[in-house]
Amino acid sequence: MTNQSSPSSAGTAIELSGISKAFGPVQANSDVNLSVPKGTIHGIIGENGAGKSTLMSILYGFYEADSGEVFVNEKKVSIRNSNDAIATGIGMVHQHFMLVDTFSVLENVMLGAESGEVLKDSIKKAETELTRLEKEYGLHVPIHSLIEDLPVGQQQRVEILKALYRGAEILILDEPTGVLTPQETDQLFKILEALRDQGVTVILITHKLREIMAITDNVSVMRHGTMVAHRKTSETDREELAELMVGRKVRTKADKQKAQPKETKLKVENLSVFDQFNVARVDNVSLDLRAGEIVGIAGVSGNGQSELLEALSGIEAVSKGSFTLGDITIDADNPKNAKEMRDLGLAHVPEDRLHLGLVPSFSAHESSILGYHRDKEFNGPILSKVGNIVNYCARIMNDFDVRPQDPSLKSANFSGGNQQKLILAREMDRDPPILLVGQPTRGVDIGAIEFIHQQIIAMRDAGCAVLLVSVELEEIMSLADRILVMFEGRVVGEIEADKADEKILGLMMANAHKTSPDGEITA
Amino acid sequence: MSDTTMTEEKPKKKIGMAKPPLPAWMDYGVLPLVNILFALFISGIIIWLIGINPFEALEWLIIGSLGGSYELGYTLYYTTNFIFTGLAVAIAFHANLFNIGGEGQAYVGGLGVGLLILAVDQYLPFWMILPLAIMASAAFGAAWASVPAYLQAYRGSHIVITTIMFNFIASALMTYLLVDVMRGKGQMSPESREFAEAGHLPFMHEFMANFGFDLASTPLNVTFFWALICCVFLWLFIWRTRWGYEIRSVGANEPAAVYAGVNPRRIVMMAMLISGGLAGFVGMNEIMGVHHKILLNFVSGYGFTGIAVSHMGRNHPVGIILASLLFGVLYQGGAELAFEYSEFTREMVVTIQGLIILFCGALAYMTKPFVANIYYAITLPRNGKEA
Repeated sequence: MTNQSSPSSAGTAIELSGISKAFGPVQANSDVNLSVPKGTIHGIIGENGAGKSTLMSILYGFYEADSGEVFVNEKKVSIRNSNDAIATGIGMVHQHFMLVDTFSVLENVMLGAESGEVLKDSIKKAETELTRLEKEYGLHVPIHSLIEDLPVGQQQRVEILKALYRGAEILILDEPTGVLTPQETDQLFKILEALRDQGVTVILITHKLREIMAITDNVSVMRHGTMVAHRKTSETDREELAELMVGRKVRTKADKQKAQPKETKLKVENLSVFDQFNVARVDNVSLDLRAGEIVGIAGVSGNGQSELLEALSGIEAVSKGSFTLGDITIDADNPKNAKEMRDLGLAHVPEDRLHLGLVPSFSAHESSILGYHRDKEFNGPILSKVGNIVNYCARIMNDFDVRPQDPSLKSANFSGGNQQKLILAREMDRDPPILLVGQPTRGVDIGAIEFIHQQIIAMRDAGCAVLLVSVELEEIMSLADRILVMFEGRVVGEIEADKADEKILGLMMANAHKTSPDGEITA
Repeated sequence: MSDTTMTEEKPKKKIGMAKPPLPAWMDYGVLPLVNILFALFISGIIIWLIGINPFEALEWLIIGSLGGSYELGYTLYYTTNFIFTGLAVAIAFHANLFNIGGEGQAYVGGLGVGLLILAVDQYLPFWMILPLAIMASAAFGAAWASVPAYLQAYRGSHIVITTIMFNFIASALMTYLLVDVMRGKGQMSPESREFAEAGHLPFMHEFMANFGFDLASTPLNVTFFWALICCVFLWLFIWRTRWGYEIRSVGANEPAAVYAGVNPRRIVMMAMLISGGLAGFVGMNEIMGVHHKILLNFVSGYGFTGIAVSHMGRNHPVGIILASLLFGVLYQGGAELAFEYSEFTREMVVTIQGLIILFCGALAYMTKPFVANIYYAITLPRNGKEA
């Protein structure tokens, strides 16, 4: 398998030949070939666990390959650690930023690349260099601001600056858009294009098809540790890439009928949640959730969606306002804990499955009753009915195709998608009238995403009132019937799903949209 | 590569990544054994340095603790106390609490059982006193743990600090009670009066004589059976009841427990009360089983050693029984050694105990990479070729 030659080819920046890497019995990369022409943006796409990150870690010196060769600028190299990588001109922007929050941009860029003993000279040198880089690539960052004062999009630029400052000519970005708003993503893509035009080679690791189509020149698809295809982006499409990633046909958009909403199941009125510093994390939120509809809550993560879910599910106390289920009203004076909320028919798939949704050190059957562990079905007068619990777990694993179907396997040892399916199975199994779902497909493979979306729609069609929180606009748009957008704890707008597009939602997420007097939302 | 068994964590470091975990028998069997051998090896060097043949010393240690019914009786008597304090530390540990207060809880548990017997031994028969005594020792131990537990759960005071302080308070309280309150008129020693026969637990040699066994006279009494029963109960409680489930969920992932509707404060109280109750049974063994009166300093470090016992036993009742037996052997065999060799002082016994705690506790994972590499070297090439 060789890469098709690129028109702008001025030699290859990176060539990997026959790379294999095994972790114990697990073959993470087997016989991987990759060739990236200089001055191009090259996408590497694949599901979680397909081996993308391992491959890039080999390139960046975190791991050594068991076999195979690496060529940088057509010279064979051996990269044993990140210093070697930097010396050969490879820079990496990690998914989670490696920045010191209390340092300024300048200090972060210099860190580890100071010249000489006296800091003053380094600062001067860095300042000149940063100004040059800013001009050349349009990377505008206030260099004397502290990192903690910068928005996420700018923090990412600092990471890119760091790599360029160290002389990187090949930039690897690992899932760079997970934390960005659509507008910030567009800005990032502009920067990447500017970098490419200046001759920098960019390797973009992602599992988002949209980004591959939007920005890359070439794309390589990985599946189960092997390279399954190399394509020119202009000669392929989303459907083909999705099929290559998963190995079978997938629908990238969920099919669903129009919603048939019925009576209101959950009425939230002027709900506020204050944190320990008395800052309103949820600020005066009102919404109605009706049976048979999916209400989506969009927003950049950290704008109060998590706290809203936690308040509604009984984890976090309500500070002000109230919400009503049937004839039960919950407010600051009448709190209910998560168990009581569950008894009222409210099921909750939490945003963070490893933190809230299950106990990683528990076996799957123990995690499969979390929150329902006091049910009669699982308990005798004193002792638990372990047989019942194991059978129950096996049944819901079967219903939701959780693999491996082993109730005694430790929860932590399932893949993200299978952990998520187990939690969904647990929360959906009792046909709750109200279902809160947070980030149902975060870190989940494309094949499982399709299945999870079908299940959520099936719940809606069966008359469940579903509140969906997601930072993935595509997910919100394909699942929700109505979309609310949260910004700094407030609901800043509501829009029917069929009137929404990414542009308008993006503006709403940044609270930069306009609302006409009759409630029409426009850019 | 199977995508069903990988977690979604991205590789960040290259150390020790992505190898299959060691099987349980390696982790719980081989590794502690290697650690004990290490500790014994270092102990052997020290013993050799003071001029004693380490192999002879080892022989004395084993014969002196397991060689006959007398030696075994003493060993199991110590073991009984270690089981109680080990279990006490373990149950708290499952709720992610570090109960350092076993010493004080055992002390006060002894006070409880003693006061009960002093009150009723003239009126009630043994079979009625026995269940009351079990309840009294547990209740007093639990009560002593309840204050630190409350402060942790509702006031955020750290349980390690408060339980340590409560050890000192218990010690001062007992001294006051025995010197100023309970000491009989004209009595020199700070002790209560001797209990009547109905307030004595049968010694093992008395008990077994009923079945025709002739055992040497030792402090070992029927509390030993109660310790074993407690192990079974505690195992059932932790792994086979909804309350144990809640304790473990709070200990392993508190946010998930809150998500499940568990109140972590109640769990802190529950775990600490059970913990204190279990420690209180040391008082029953000592006061009702051995001394037959309330006296000073009968706990003598069992509470602290329980921390090492529980840690070595991986907070599991079976492991705790084995670790308790090991410490029982060290206590009893060490005493025999000190008796046998004049160079071998009481401090040497403490040194060996310290080495065992050091290697099995503080350095428990030091040898793991070696052991794991040997294990992988033996097992992996075969698996690798299959895959």
